[in-house]
Order: sequence, then C-alpha cells, then structure tokens
Amino acid sequence: MSALQTPERELPAALADSRGQGGRKVRNTIATVVMVLAFVIAVIPLVWILWTVIEKGASLLVDSTWWLNSQRGITPRIVGGGAYHAIVGTLLQALATAVIAVPLGIMSAILLVEYGASRIARVVSFTVDILSGLPSIVAALFIYAFWVTTLGFSRSGFAVSLSLVLLMVPVVVRSTEEMLKLVPNELREASYALGVPKWKTIVMIVLPTAFSGILTGVLLGLARIMGETAPLLILVGYSQSINMDLFSGNMAALPLMINNDRQQALEPAVERVWAAALTLVLIVLVLNIAGRAIARFSSLRK
Amino acid sequence: MAKRIDVKDLNVYYGSFKAVEDVSMTVEPRSVTAFIGPSGCGKSTFLRTLNRMHEVIPGGRVEGSVMLDDDDLYSSKMDPVNVRRTVGMVFQRPNPFPTMSIFDNVAAGMRLNGVRNKKVLTEAVEKSLRGANLWNEVKDRLDKPGAGLSGGQQQRLCIARAIAVQPQVLLMDEPCSALDPISTLAIEDLIGELKSSFTIVIVTHNMQQAARVSDKTAFFNLAATGKPGRLVEIDDTATIFSNPKQKATEDYISGRFG
Amino acid sequence: MSSITGPSGDRGRRRLGDTLFGGGAGLAGVLVIAIVVFTGVFLAISAVPSVLDDKVNFLTSTEWQATPGDLRFGILQILWTTVSISVIAMIIAVPLGVGNALFLTQYAPKWLARPAASVIDLLAAIPSIVFGLWGIQIFAPHLTGLQTFLNDALGWFPLFSGPVSTGTVFIAGIVLAVMVLPIITAMSREVFAQTPAANKEGALALGATRWEMIRTAVLPFGRAGVISAAMLGLGRALGETIAITIIVSSVAPGAGFFTSWLQGGETFASKIANNAAEFNNPESTGAYIAAGLVLFILTFVVNALARIVINRRKAFA
Repeated sequence: MSALQTPERELPAALADSRGQGGRKVRNTIATVVMVLAFVIAVIPLVWILWTVIEKGASLLVDSTWWLNSQRGITPRIVGGGAYHAIVGTLLQALATAVIAVPLGIMSAILLVEYGASRIARVVSFTVDILSGLPSIVAALFIYAFWVTTLGFSRSGFAVSLSLVLLMVPVVVRSTEEMLKLVPNELREASYALGVPKWKTIVMIVLPTAFSGILTGVLLGLARIMGETAPLLILVGYSQSINMDLFSGNMAALPLMINNDRQQALEPAVERVWAAALTLVLIVLVLNIAGRAIARFSSLRK
Repeated sequence: MAKRIDVKDLNVYYGSFKAVEDVSMTVEPRSVTAFIGPSGCGKSTFLRTLNRMHEVIPGGRVEGSVMLDDDDLYSSKMDPVNVRRTVGMVFQRPNPFPTMSIFDNVAAGMRLNGVRNKKVLTEAVEKSLRGANLWNEVKDRLDKPGAGLSGGQQQRLCIARAIAVQPQVLLMDEPCSALDPISTLAIEDLIGELKSSFTIVIVTHNMQQAARVSDKTAFFNLAATGKPGRLVEIDDTATIFSNPKQKATEDYISGRFG
Repeated sequence: MSSITGPSGDRGRRRLGDTLFGGGAGLAGVLVIAIVVFTGVFLAISAVPSVLDDKVNFLTSTEWQATPGDLRFGILQILWTTVSISVIAMIIAVPLGVGNALFLTQYAPKWLARPAASVIDLLAAIPSIVFGLWGIQIFAPHLTGLQTFLNDALGWFPLFSGPVSTGTVFIAGIVLAVMVLPIITAMSREVFAQTPAANKEGALALGATRWEMIRTAVLPFGRAGVISAAMLGLGRALGETIAITIIVSSVAPGAGFFTSWLQGGETFASKIANNAAEFNNPESTGAYIAAGLVLFILTFVVNALARIVINRRKAFA
C-alpha cells in the first residue's frame, strides 16, 4: 500500500448514519430553519405582552393624575385616581429590602471569594444555590411562620421586605461573586506589597474595582423583587390610600393594585389594572436595562 | 534609609512541599543584587520571602531567619503588613489600580497607611514620580487613569507607587520581562539611580541585564526536577560572569542549559 | 530599636481590622445558612401539628378542607395539577430553550448574538403577574379552538376529557413555558459557548455540516449543562404562584380526583395564595404551610440535583 493511501477513517456516528449527501444538506437546512424559528417563537410572546400592556395601559400613564394620586375613594365604577400609593409602596418595600439584602449579599460574596479556602465558604455557596431556587411563596410562608406566628408581629410592609430579602440575596451574592473573581489577583498582591492589610485591600481596592458589576447585581435584584406578588398576598393587605409606614397597617404596591381589581369587568377598573401593569413593567425594564448598561461600561470585562 | 539583609539557612515550604532549600546570603545596603537561574529554580519564591509575600498563598511558610539590619522579619511579634511597608515590591506585569488616576496610584500606599494631608501627598507624589523618571511625562495629566499609559510607563508608575511609601528595600520580580527593549533600558537606568537610596534585589531571566545592572549576582538552581531550589553561588557580578567558582554556574552562564 | 512599625507605632498585633472584617464576612455566611435552615425548621414547626391532626392521609387524599377542628386535607390533587402544569411547561420550554441557545451561540452572526440574548433575558424580567393577566385575558381566548379540538378528538383519554374550562392547566402550562424559557436558554447558552473550539473545528474539518458539527461536538459537551438548566427551569416552574393563580380556574370543592389538562385546578403555590385569608388560626394556617413545606422540599431536591449534575461535569472538564 502506498504511503499516500490512508486507510478508511472511522466517521463519527452522526456523519456515518446520514443517508447520502443530499440528505445531509437537507437536514442541515432544516436544522437552521428550526433554530431560527425557535428564536422567533421566543420573541413573539415578549413583543405581544409589551404591545398589550402599552396599548391597554398607556392612555392613563400620560396623565399626571396617574403619578400623583392614590386610589382613595375610587371605586371600580369611577374614573380617576392614580398609582402614587402603589408606586411609593413598591419603592419603599424595595428600599427596605435592599438595605438588608445588599450588605448581607456583598459580605457573603466576599466570604466566598476572598476567604474562599474556609470550609464554611463551600456550605454557603451551596446554600446560596438553594436560595436562588426558593419559590417566593415559600419565602413568604417562612416569614409568616417566623415573624407573624412565632414572634407575634402583625402583617406589614416590613414583613414583605423581609421575605423579599430571601429572594434578593442570592442575586446580589452571585453577581458580586462573579465580579470579585474578575478582579486580577495582581491587584491584590500590589496592595499587599505596599503594606496594606487584607481588609483594607478588599474595601479600598477590590470592591471599588468591582463596583459597577456589583451595582448591576443590585439593580437586577431590585427588578426581580419589585415584580413579586406572592409575598404581598401573604404578608400585607392592600390599601387604596397612601401609607408610608412600613411597620403597620395595610400598604399598597403595584402588584397588589393589579391583583385587587383584576377580576373587575367595569371599564375604569380594567383600564387601571393595565395601566398599573404597564407602570410595573416600565420600572422593572428600566432597572434591567440600566443594570446591563452599567455592566457594559465596567472596567472589568469577562 | 536602605538596610542590609541577612539571610541564614532559609528553607521555604508550601504545605509539606519544600520549594527552596538552605539559602544563606548577605545583601549590602545601597547595592543591587540580581538573582539568576533557570525557570522554576526558586528565585522568585525566595524573593517573596524577603517581604513575606509567600504567606499570601495558603500553606506558605519558612524555616530559618531573615534579618533586616537588627530586625528579625519572622519573629512572632513582627506583623507581615509592617514588613511589607518596609520592603517594597515591583511585579512582573505592571499592575496599576484601574479605578485610580496616576496621582491616586502613586499616593495609594500612603493614603491607605493613613496619610491625609494634601500637601504632604502632593510633594511625595512628585518626588516619587521624579525618582521613577516619570514626572516629566505625566506631570500634566496626573488626574488621568493610570491604566492609560504605555507598558513601560505603567511599570515606572508602579515603581513610583512602591517608592512613595519610602521602603528600605525594593524587591523587583522580573520587572522588565513584559516590556519592550527601550522601556527595559529606561528601567535599568532607573535602577542605577535608585540604588543610591534603596537596597535593591532583582530577579531576572536576562543574564545580560544582570551583568549590566547589579553589583552582586546570585545563581539559583534545582538539584533535579522535583527537588527544592538552592543557592549555588553568590559573588560580585564581575566574578560570576568571568570566573565563577561552581561548574553549574559556568554551564548556565555559557548557555549550556536553562 | 526596630524601625519596622505601623503608622501608629504598633508592632505586630494581630490586626484588629482583619479580625473584625473576616468575622463580619463569616457572620454573613452563617446568616445565609441560618436562613435556609430556619425556613425548613419553621415551616415544619407550623405544619406538623396540623398534619398530625389531619383526619385523612396527607399524601394520598384529594380532599381539602381546612376548617379548624375538622382538618381533612391531602395533597394528591394539587400534586397532580402542579406536576401537570410543570410537565407541559418543560415539554415546550426545554426544546425551545435548547434551540434558542444553539441559535444564539452557533447560528446567529456576531452583531445579532448579543442583542438577541438580551431580548430573551428581557423576557425573564417581566413580572409574573403581568404574565398572568396577559395569559388569561389575551392569550387564552386564542387557544379555545385548539382546546376544543383536543377535547373532541381525544376526549376519551383522561388527559383531555371535558368539559373545557376557561382557565385550564393546558393554558397555564404554555404560559409557564414562556416564563421558564429564559432560564433554560441562559444556562444552555453558557454551556454551549464553552464548547472547545478544537472539538468544533475537528468535526468541521472532517466535512461535517453545521448541524452535524453541533450533534457531534456541541450537544454531547453540553449535555450535563442542559440537564442542569432543565432542572433549574423545573424548579422555577414548580414554584410559580401568581400567574397560575390568575390563569387556572378554581374547581368546586368535593369534585373528586380529576386529571384533565383541559380543566382548572390548583397547584401548591396557587392553593396557598388563594387561601391567604384563612390564615387566622394556627390549624388552618398549618395545613397550608404543610403544602408549602412539600413545595420547599420538592424545589430543594430539584435545585440540589441540578447543581450536583453541573458540578460533577466540572470535575471532568
């Protein structure tokens, strides 16, 4: 056998069992069409939903009444009122959540990355994974059993914030962790070589370098929790008036406002439901887009 | 300023693995000592024990002693953080802090050690940048990001940052290996000037650089793969490169291995 | 006299700042662990008395009555509904998600890949309550034709027996598929993007078409990742509350065990949400918390398995 004649090579199964050249080409084309179709099918609901909320809710949003008034005294029959009470309620609850979840999340991420050799770090990492899969209703039930039943506090906006903390922490931890890992080790070494202790290195060199990524994580976490409804159903009652007290009384929030009137058939109520939905979608999308935009301008790239 | 280093019977371990074995040497103040040797022979590892940076890696420890004038760097009362303020380090790849301006980079060491006075900082930054031969190039853009400079300029920035905290000793771990020849020459000239104020130890892969820049040269080698690195010979640079006492040194210098 | 001192003249005390800060990080970690442990513990504490007082078998009964003093509740029906909706969602979302992930990593030109991925991620950002609203009011009416067809043609089969409700398990499954799609896509995308170029080029160099290259190099490499992604999606599907609550019609109590996908029902999550008003006494609350505990265990197991699958693969990477 001449040295130039190579023996027949074993083709991988995917190539060997295709039925001739024509068939292979056809199947490749079909596959391409299927993949593109998959993408189109995925985009359709997004566009459809956005179109629906905008079409049905936009008319109320252009009026300043919507942004400055509550629903006090408004019944499903009456046109008017606004979403101020719900927007303020949503924002306040989110703020209270962030105040607890952000430091907790960042310090946990620091534990995982800067002190990662410790045994506790591995357990925490597993736990964060579990938390990120925790259903919002289970988080709400836990806070109910703990805060309301056992500790005896009443349902309140603050109880809602507590359950939202459980949902926001994993988002903050994972994105902070990713960012901290991207900070090159050489920077830490440069700082140690200047005689800077570890904690100062973390606080003054590592965290500022990772800052924009951490901010992205916070914004995305906020977007997620502002859209949650289950904790609101379990842990607070809906109020049509403005209530800024997180610790007592019924409070409003955008998802509750939507939920309250969603089964109404009267036109004014229906319109308000969609307008509230649009308001919520706008806030959440703005946070999302801002978060991703900040990530693009970070000094650290993957 | 500028202290003398006395190393006696130093062994370096990572966990139970012995990386460097039985090093003893003296480094005179205000001199430049070069460490040469093939890859993996322990010269960088040993260098890092002189400012206790090896401890940053889990399991890093030493047996033996390192004295800086009369201070035992490894005494139980000695804080590694203080050691690193006194013994500064410049790394192989320039690593300016990306979120800081040129001014802030040079001032970083001082600020993080509690110096707040604006006037003191400004004077020290200028002095350090002059000392690193970078002042004229950056004096008009001190507020621009440190990462925007060329490679050679970034390395000189890192040198300025290191000398701003006024260390007694400056350790340099292959400072020119990531730079182009022109920048390399600039840094070598700089080392010649810095030695009047600091004790300098430089690890280099480039024998010609060692010959150009140093007063004394130390040759490190491995007995065999898997064995710890050792100091084979240390002597005046001129002697090492013309008339070394050990055969291994002569083989390495003439390029027969490494 | 040593001159190696700190700024205030300190000489080598174990740094207070490091101890405090490291302790703080450790404390944060402990808190996170405590949260998960306490969740299980508190749910169990509240649930167990009610389960013990349950007059019917908790796991096999289809009744649900949470009157204090006469507790008769079992999870079989809600388990069926929950699993049904999740299965429908997975059947649709997994192939779609993998297809999308392949599109984004292997087919889309570079200028399209990132914006396209962002679009899918935006789908994840839409709040579930909006999905619920849209699902029942806008989307469901479009499905009546299909559902009637299924009912007429396959009505003899228990899954499609009639009569068709307004808000069905079927519709909820489809909407849930859309909600879960971004998670599956994102994770699969990550895994497919990590396929070593050497493997892909090797297949192409043998004369493989793009699809054949995907089948030989990308899919086998990404298998563990796709499984993990599917399980994470499943976990999400199991726990979805408000969208299901809004879409699926409630069923009259005492209706017996029903299996049709063309009818209403309640999942673990929606049953709890629908009855939040009954939380005024420990016995009733305990019954619902028991359902929540089962949901917690289900999602815990699914999530843990998903992570184990992906970590085992990493060990061989």
